[in-house]
Amino acid sequence: MHRINLVKILTLLLLTVTISVNAQHNSQNEKKAENSHSKKDLKSEIKEYINHHLLDSHDFNLFSWTTDEGEHKYFGAPLPVILWDGGLKVFLSSKFHHGEAVAEVNGNYYKLYHNKIYKTDAKGTISLDEHQHPLNEKPLDFSITKNITFIFLVGLLMFLMFSRMAKSYKKNNLIPKGIGRLLEPIVLYIRDDIAIPNIGEKKYKKYMSYLLTVFFFVWIINLLGLTPLGVNVTNNIAVTLSLALVTYFLTTFTANKNYWKHVFWMPGVPWPMKIILAPIELLGTFIKPFSLMIRLYANITAGHIVLMSIIGLMFIFKNWIGSPLSFGLAFALSLLELLVAALQAYIFTMLSALYFGMAVEEHHDDH
Amino acid sequence: MTIPNIVGAGLIVIGAGLGIGRIGGSAMDAIARQPEASGKIQTAMLIAAALIEGIGFAALFAA
Repeated sequence: MHRINLVKILTLLLLTVTISVNAQHNSQNEKKAENSHSKKDLKSEIKEYINHHLLDSHDFNLFSWTTDEGEHKYFGAPLPVILWDGGLKVFLSSKFHHGEAVAEVNGNYYKLYHNKIYKTDAKGTISLDEHQHPLNEKPLDFSITKNITFIFLVGLLMFLMFSRMAKSYKKNNLIPKGIGRLLEPIVLYIRDDIAIPNIGEKKYKKYMSYLLTVFFFVWIINLLGLTPLGVNVTNNIAVTLSLALVTYFLTTFTANKNYWKHVFWMPGVPWPMKIILAPIELLGTFIKPFSLMIRLYANITAGHIVLMSIIGLMFIFKNWIGSPLSFGLAFALSLLELLVAALQAYIFTMLSALYFGMAVEEHHDDH
Repeated sequence: MTIPNIVGAGLIVIGAGLGIGRIGGSAMDAIARQPEASGKIQTAMLIAAALIEGIGFAALFAA
């Protein structure tokens, strides 16, 4: 039963994350429009590259270079673009030629402008207003972008890992084998040191599936962010928003009477205080998931920016000291980021468990 | 980034640093007094540090 729960929650998680990544993808990065028109010296080029890395994209690119003829070459894979524009339009992002060409689908023309898809005429003209914001119509974008690809991949990986683990338990009389040996201590740690102390012996089981899912999801995806694949899922605020929203909804919908009493009519304080405390406590219920969202997003984003800036030092120094310095610093920082990746997953799980614990706490008279 | 923004960001970092530093220091004291409770102290320390960090980041975004 536990496993079925895990699968269900995982699917739900993937769905929310997918939807909101796209929603955010549309509204982001308008302010980057000005940057690329200015002249490109080295520093601004590095800055632009870092900004570009922090964004989601419609294709999966490992590296790119410019040939002697001035032609841009890309190495990577195109990803499917799914648009809703008076009907479903599905095509591969290779049609955009990395933003250099206009994609034509059933008589409609689309163009990439700063990683966003706009509807244009056959020539691909993008008209801008005085703030450099495009005036073109934007179709609804449900594309499988780079972030979503990796969310799906991590979901699949987790599904395979845990279903194999469950099978091996069945086959070997509850003795873990293979992947289970690696995962069992972590799962037990989450149960014994995170779930039970915070939620309580009686009720922790209901939340275990979510806590395990969120821990492994955040951890694995943070670790993937440290590989040279250019994955950056948790430094997309939409992803962390959906994760925090799941925590928020779970807290809100499983909360008992006692929790709401503490929010709206705090027991044990004089009545004028109760009136003052009620809005504060109500606000607190929103601030909790909000801080979860910001914490994960900001930590991972800050890590990526610093790491890429250190790598960029190599190109700024341009003498013998540059590359050993940048390599050494980047190596040390990567080790720190390994710790941060696990720590942020731990803290997210821990605080979620804490909030669930608050929501299901039974009434007691000692305060 | 304008100068008030930079000064604000600096103040935030000083404040958050002092806060987390105090938590870390107190946790060290506590562990030195009661080494057998180090696990629980570490957990409490991490939670408190994470809360301060969250506020710090929120303020940094505002600055």
